[in-house]
Amino acid sequence: MAAINRDDVAHLARLAHIEMSAQELDRMAGELAVIVDSVKSVSQAAGDDVPATSHPIPLNNVFREDVVGHTFTAEQALSGAPDSDENRFKVPAILDEA
Amino acid sequence: MNTDAILSFEEAMEKYDPVLGFEVHVELNTKTKMFSSAPNVFGDEPNTNVNEVDLGMPGVLPVVNKAAIESSIKIGLALNCKIAESCRFARKNYFYPDTPKNFQTSQYDEPIAYDGYLDIELSDGTVFRVEIERAHMEEDAGKLTHMGGATGRIQGADFSLVDYNRAGVPLVEIVTKPIEGAGSRAPELAKAYVAAVREIVKNLGVSDAKMERGNVRCDANVSLRPHGRERFGIRSETKNVNSLRAVEHAVRYEIQRHAAVLDAGEPVVQETRHWHEDTRTTTSGRAKSDADDYRYFPEPDLVPVVPSREWVEELRATLPEPPAARRKRLQADWGYSDLEFRDVVNAGVMDEIEETIAAGASASVARKWWMGEIVGRAKNADVDPGQLGVQPATIVELARMVEEGKINNKMASEVLDGVLAGEGTPSEIVEKRGLAVVSDDGPLLEAIDAALAAQPDVADKIRGGKVQAIGAIVGGVMKATRGQADAARVRELILEKLGVTV
Repeated sequence: MAAINRDDVAHLARLAHIEMSAQELDRMAGELAVIVDSVKSVSQAAGDDVPATSHPIPLNNVFREDVVGHTFTAEQALSGAPDSDENRFKVPAILDEA
Repeated sequence: MNTDAILSFEEAMEKYDPVLGFEVHVELNTKTKMFSSAPNVFGDEPNTNVNEVDLGMPGVLPVVNKAAIESSIKIGLALNCKIAESCRFARKNYFYPDTPKNFQTSQYDEPIAYDGYLDIELSDGTVFRVEIERAHMEEDAGKLTHMGGATGRIQGADFSLVDYNRAGVPLVEIVTKPIEGAGSRAPELAKAYVAAVREIVKNLGVSDAKMERGNVRCDANVSLRPHGRERFGIRSETKNVNSLRAVEHAVRYEIQRHAAVLDAGEPVVQETRHWHEDTRTTTSGRAKSDADDYRYFPEPDLVPVVPSREWVEELRATLPEPPAARRKRLQADWGYSDLEFRDVVNAGVMDEIEETIAAGASASVARKWWMGEIVGRAKNADVDPGQLGVQPATIVELARMVEEGKINNKMASEVLDGVLAGEGTPSEIVEKRGLAVVSDDGPLLEAIDAALAAQPDVADKIRGGKVQAIGAIVGGVMKATRGQADAARVRELILEKLGVTV
């Protein structure tokens, strides 16, 4: 697996809307590389006979019936919002991403 | 301001061959959302149809709505798709306030339905097959309203207000394969394809299918290539084209715009375009860039969906008659000519006529009222004919009164206006307004009945549209009344009686 380099980190930071200084990028590139290597060690334990999975438990078809349950009031929904207006969440205008 | 150069459509077609592709999003009309038990209802007070799952609160777990899976499978089957033996959800990661979780739960490499097709009938009866790449399940996003800007558009907005009622509403996204070979009929095909998808999901009962409410939304991809070249040109994707007319116009416009760019020797920019209904043009959105790096990965909070073949077959057995087959059957049942039937379909009153006939009207009477009276009124009021709220029983009653000679067609039309104005039932209005065929018509009507009964074959001819045959009946009536009747009036009454409009 290719190592995580500084450009990868800068790219991810941009996607995640996180501003990072040059020093932070350098440090994170090193730290993420270590983390990825650690996770990679799992593949040493799993042989070819172990298929890739997105879920540790062999379950499928867990469904809910189409029955209406509880909801919040607008007041409850907005109680954790930094700002609101007209019962809606108020957010800064974000350009060019619609 | 839009300053893009365009070529005439005809010139664009002479030089280039269009390739289309569509992504149609269908909002399902389940009672609850895709992954939460909050209600899926349009038009409620903002942020009242939400719970902790829809708001993406920490530690919550989504649970899949079984009815949404069933609807998705039905859509897949109606689009002649294969249904996956097993499929998963995936996270599509992006940061935008319309999704409070910072990802949309969607399907990526394992859609629930794939490899289908839809045969699209164009206005002249030509059938064009559109191949379906996939239909996958996902959730809708919240609704943003941009405030403070001069135009209400996002450019120049000071802030945005977010309503999450729509967040988590189940969606099925239907993706076509590249559509080649439509040529100059590409805009028409685009409209017909979206109309067919809308008709199918409405017919299945899985969506309210109202484009004006965003129940069905279309992203249209267009690219051009010189005639004879196999490789596709660079495409643009026009987002959220939300009426059938707009789909046709947007595809036509993009073909003209691409042609002008290519003619100038420039490359088409691969980008999102925004459609503007007022100017019927598109403007540049953002160029495809790394902002589209969605870093999909399998959703760890949901387990795979594994539809058993028995379940799929059970659902297949519930599918209603496909719309195209239904149209063929209805036209045969009603005995309309191709032209008459196409007019009925294009006017959007096929369902209404079917209901009216079911309520007891003859096929010709139902068509006369809907096409001759109601469609025009709807056009004047700028609404769909169905939205005027004319009840089948009203038409049956009006037609019966005309047939019994109580009122004539002109009065009946007046009575319909009264019904639409909420003045009551037809008979109440007839009474209230003192409408009745003048008594002089009484003896005439008797003579007409006798003449029609004496020459039933002629009567049938007139019913069948051979109005010139009416002379024989008029002659019979004139003879019976010793020439004292008003021939023009007699003719009018005969036509009314037979439910024929000229």
